[in-house]
Amino acid sequence: MIDVPVLDVRGATKVYGSGETEVHALRGVSLTVERGDYVAIMGASGSGKSTLMNIIGCLDVPSGGTYLLDGVHVGDLDERRLAILRNRRIGFVFQSFNLIPRMSARANVELPLAYGGVKGGERKRRALAALREVGLADRGGHEPNELSGGQQQRVAIARALVTSPTLLLADEPTGALDSKSTADVLGIFDRLARQGRTIVVITHEDEVAAHAKRVVRLVDGRIVEDRRQAPVGVA
Amino acid sequence: MSPLEVLRFALRGLTANKLRSGLTTLGILIGVAAVILLIAYGNGSSEAIKKSIQRLGADSLTVSTSTTSSSGGARTQARDLTVKDAEALAKSPSIKSASPVVSGQSSTATYAGTSSTIDRFVGSTPDYFAAASKTIAAGSAFAETDGNVVVIGSTVASDLFAGTDPLGKKINVGGINFTVVGVLKASGSTSGGFNDPDSVAVAPLTAVQASVTGYGALDQIVIQAKSSEQVDAAQAEAESILQQRHGTTDFTVASQASAQSAVADSNKTFTVLLGAVAAISLVVGGIGITNIMLVTVTERTREIGIRKAIGAPRGAILGQFVAEATILSLIGGLLGVAVGVAGSLFTIAGVKPVLVPSSIALSLGVSVVIGLFFGGYPANRAARLRPIEALRHE
Repeated sequence: MIDVPVLDVRGATKVYGSGETEVHALRGVSLTVERGDYVAIMGASGSGKSTLMNIIGCLDVPSGGTYLLDGVHVGDLDERRLAILRNRRIGFVFQSFNLIPRMSARANVELPLAYGGVKGGERKRRALAALREVGLADRGGHEPNELSGGQQQRVAIARALVTSPTLLLADEPTGALDSKSTADVLGIFDRLARQGRTIVVITHEDEVAAHAKRVVRLVDGRIVEDRRQAPVGVA
Repeated sequence: MSPLEVLRFALRGLTANKLRSGLTTLGILIGVAAVILLIAYGNGSSEAIKKSIQRLGADSLTVSTSTTSSSGGARTQARDLTVKDAEALAKSPSIKSASPVVSGQSSTATYAGTSSTIDRFVGSTPDYFAAASKTIAAGSAFAETDGNVVVIGSTVASDLFAGTDPLGKKINVGGINFTVVGVLKASGSTSGGFNDPDSVAVAPLTAVQASVTGYGALDQIVIQAKSSEQVDAAQAEAESILQQRHGTTDFTVASQASAQSAVADSNKTFTVLLGAVAAISLVVGGIGITNIMLVTVTERTREIGIRKAIGAPRGAILGQFVAEATILSLIGGLLGVAVGVAGSLFTIAGVKPVLVPSSIALSLGVSVVIGLFFGGYPANRAARLRPIEALRHE
């Protein structure tokens, strides 16, 4: 099990539209991410990094090439299985937090567990543990609009972590945060990386990329740079 | 994902926009209440008519001449109904009394300068009062041997005597003075068509023949059966006796039951029509649910995207929105039942509504089905949203 890479993308292409309006978002991307790695995928807007993130997050399927998540061929799965896969294996963190309004922080964190069929008591315990991990154990009862941006993003991270996913996938997680909150969120990522979590962060900020163990740079749908900054494995 | 969980999500969705949920519920509420109320009023008015027919006499039969034979054959010259016919009928075992009846239409009665048009001036025997269910409010009925005496209806009494006691006064009809010996109780029925049933006067047969109708044939013979159970037997006996005496079927014996069933039939049509109108408003309420659910789904596209991204299966999303629609319609339905039942306590336009229990069950059931059906389309649309597009939605 240890030698199966978490992510194994081989020659992935993505084409939007057809004929004259054809857009090649990805032109053959191959990327392998080992367990415990902390990868930053960088690129300017239009470089295809969002498309790659959607494919990695099982929200979209590649037009060509294959994608294995934890050794599972994602392209073969129907919608129901994709939903289960997203629920169990991936934790999403979005730029705009994407918490569900008018639901308490704890209820938001419990949501993936609810869809995963975890029972009430167990769910509450795990949600509180996840909130504690991001330092918001005392804010479980607050609704998103009662929390600051940084706190909302930390709740979102708790929600991503609560199912103990194989992969934590963050899309511009600090894009909407001030520098103090950015530091908080990056600090949490650093700690998670030290605990051996596999993290993939999509970003265009060098400051964020600096924290990663490996930086992958995309230009025009191709990987142009793949630089390792720190070794994989528990530090 | 347990059904209870889906229900909780649905409730949370509904309480997030209380005004909108309330207004949508109102649509179904009105529909359900309208169905229950209109059916109750239709039913109530048909019960009222039935009752007033019964008041006319459930145990009475009316014999009248007919120029066509009841077997549908050739026209025959009808023989007149006579007092002798009535006497013969009265001897039959199931028949309590048979009163010969002559009646004059629109006779003018005068008293001390005031006049009143009596719609129906009836000449008959004392038995007529019981047979035709005429109750005497003041004074008494006349006896067989009395001369020119009359019992007047309440309308006639108020027209001629406005406030004063009519008993013992003499009124003039057709040149003959009649002494008022009694006043009939107001029938209280307005369902007797355009004729006022209280614009009536009853006097002995011979007196009416002398003054108003002349000594011709009888208009009717009113038969009272020994009991309401014996009406059918009495009808059969009356028919065979008259058949024997006349040698042909030149008469009809009509029971109140036949009139009753005719009225009941027309009332059923009326009730069904009312129900249909109400059902339309229920469907309109259902379309309101579809409308509001479509708006909700569009508004919450992003939320649906988030839920899908974190692993909500299609069924859970579908279930949540169908449950929201069904809860709306169910609450609307329950409140509608409450309003309908409460509304049926009030008498409107003289009709006391009578609830039909099946209409409550039916309209409540239909409202739930409407929630499922009209909520299904928006819910399905929500469930089919693709997560990336939904997430991109602003």
